[in-house]
Amino acid sequence: MAEIQKSESSSGSLWTNERARGIVSQVLLVGGLIAVVWFLVFNTNKNLEQAGLGLGFGFLADQAFFEINQNLIEYSSTSTFGRALLVGLLNTLLVSVLGIITATIVGFVMGVLRLSNNWMISRMAGVYVEGTRNVPLLLQIIFWWTILSGLPRVADSLSIGNAVFLNNRGVRFPAPVVEPGFGLVIVTAIIGLFVALIISGWATRRRIATGQGFPSLWVNLMLIFLFPVLLFLMLGRPLSFDVPVPGRFNFSGGLNITPELVALWWALTLYTGSFIAETVRAGILAVNKGQTEGAYALGLRPGQTMRKVIIPQALRVIVPPLTSQYLNLTKNSSLAIVVGYQDLVSVGNTALNQSGHSIEIVAIWLAVYLSLSLSTSAFMNWYNSRVALVER
Amino acid sequence: MTEGFHRPYTEMILNRAAPASTVGIVGWVRTNLLSSWVNVGLTLLGFYVIWLIVPPLLMWAFFDATYVGTDRFACEGEIGACWVFLDQRIGQFLYGFYPSEQTWRVNIALILLIPALAPLLFDNLPGAKYGRWFSLAYPFIATFLLIGGFGLEEIPTNKFGGFMLNITVGLSGIFLSLPVGILLALGRRSQLPFVRIFCVMFIEVFRGVPLITMMFTAAMLLPLFLPPQFSMDLVVRVIIVVTAFASAYMAEVIRGGLAGIDRGQYEAAQALGLSYWKSMGLIILPQALKYSIPGIVNTFIALFKDTTLVIVIGLFDILNIGRSMVANPDWLGLGIETYAIIALAFFTVCFSISRYSLSLERRLDTSR
Repeated sequence: MAEIQKSESSSGSLWTNERARGIVSQVLLVGGLIAVVWFLVFNTNKNLEQAGLGLGFGFLADQAFFEINQNLIEYSSTSTFGRALLVGLLNTLLVSVLGIITATIVGFVMGVLRLSNNWMISRMAGVYVEGTRNVPLLLQIIFWWTILSGLPRVADSLSIGNAVFLNNRGVRFPAPVVEPGFGLVIVTAIIGLFVALIISGWATRRRIATGQGFPSLWVNLMLIFLFPVLLFLMLGRPLSFDVPVPGRFNFSGGLNITPELVALWWALTLYTGSFIAETVRAGILAVNKGQTEGAYALGLRPGQTMRKVIIPQALRVIVPPLTSQYLNLTKNSSLAIVVGYQDLVSVGNTALNQSGHSIEIVAIWLAVYLSLSLSTSAFMNWYNSRVALVER
Repeated sequence: MTEGFHRPYTEMILNRAAPASTVGIVGWVRTNLLSSWVNVGLTLLGFYVIWLIVPPLLMWAFFDATYVGTDRFACEGEIGACWVFLDQRIGQFLYGFYPSEQTWRVNIALILLIPALAPLLFDNLPGAKYGRWFSLAYPFIATFLLIGGFGLEEIPTNKFGGFMLNITVGLSGIFLSLPVGILLALGRRSQLPFVRIFCVMFIEVFRGVPLITMMFTAAMLLPLFLPPQFSMDLVVRVIIVVTAFASAYMAEVIRGGLAGIDRGQYEAAQALGLSYWKSMGLIILPQALKYSIPGIVNTFIALFKDTTLVIVIGLFDILNIGRSMVANPDWLGLGIETYAIIALAFFTVCFSISRYSLSLERRLDTSR
């Protein structure tokens, strides 16, 4: 009896009441957080005061006094810190977009090859995947950069067909020069693309309704490529290439990609490509074997089965991890700093050393990367809900 | 009807061996390499690529290589790889600036890691139950061995370096991020709104930003945030940041495992009258952790590879040691050899962990 009484009395106490305990623990958490934040803010203020530094984003309008060797928008050492950070952000986006495109291609090819029924090919893809994803990305970036900076000097550039030149200052390749009339060719191609989309939609509907086929592939190819090419020739080839010409000290003409960008791009491609390959492989394996057998039973050829049955279903599994790989690639591009490619983190680091506004710079970094990742996950949620709707 | 067309069998036909072309090496080659004309072509292409890459690589790495000498000039005029630095600098690559007469402590800590890990990795080992107590004590033993005190010569952490620094930061991060990750994962599923919001924010912030920005925060902002007399060791700061970063990823992995647990398990635990922590610790987490092991191992691998990022705040891990050696006039131009060796070190560790995770996955799969 005594025991029962005891438990009854204790069940009324604050400690065993779940609600009360929840409230108390939350009050403790919030209170502790406020105390910690207050402690940090207090120290920071005191430390900043002692160092004679103010807090605020006003410094972004000050002159930056440093050069950035690769800029997509106009920039010089007389520009502001704000503009320097913008240049850095654009460089981050540039290498991320380039990397995402090539990593996707490499990843899909390798993922499919890894599933090849040819032992030799699947093993070679496996060696690539295991070899790149088990080595730190930072090491790979430095490795490729070492190789690129070991290329011959400008005077002894390696040339590919006398148009593309490799040397220790990067890759120089012909720059496209657009002349009047080229816009018309592009417009024709875009109109052709739209008409082609309409035609293939109509052809599908007609095939479903009547069973009659239509050579939409050839018609569409003609619309998208043949007409614009004919127009291009008729207008007297309004696009030329500014081919680089080797000079005594440097090249004249052409576009140059710095070795930093090439090394970073290449390393990000190979590294992320191996992760994408694994994602693709898992996605394809996730499609039930019965789907393949069903497609064969319907008389589809292996290629058609892959294109029309397996891949559409596999994509549903692949896309969410794929977007997070893209996000990883974007975040990993911040490793640019070790080879001196001037991305957001690298420019920010220079700005931080010059201005001393470390808190503000770190806040900008966090804000930029967080908004990138949160918008990506918002997209992913939207995509998942859409796919789920299609599924049911 | 002609005779012989219709022949009644009066006795069983004996089992015959499968055709020679479908079994053994011949059969394997036919199905895996030569099953169609496209495959024949691909196989030939594969052989061609191997022939292009492997023999020159072997020649470079082994047969034409130089092994003995005191600096890179020993390799002058040679065409193969120059492995001379291995003999000369292996100590730095492994131990950084750790005093060379004290490196036995690092070695012992590393050897003790085997009995500490074994009972965790292989649960059918004899005495695994008691071994786990040793696993629990290991972090303290290792810290004592590495840093010293209590009679051992004290070694400041700025002497840590080389692969030992990678392993130290990696293992500390792994050891600390698991409990923090579990707490965060539970917090994210908690009924208490403030706890949940705090955990979600922590996880999303650390998963959303690159580790490198956090490294800079540790190196430059933490001293600003703390009182001046409260100076924290740089290696300790790095370990804290790496732990926070890894536990955010860990939390998401464990959350996946928690989501995979049947609702009935929670309800049964409640019906038995277990408190929240007891039901989690005794019923839910053992199952959830088991299902999240592959993800946890992947997080460990990522964490270990990320330890190379200490380079940006000026610590000398194996990569930074290699990089500064290559910049030294005595060893100039040996970048490829150096980075190949470092890559091999990381590959060996990460690849074996991932193989272990694969075998574990298979084992868990059959037990289900």
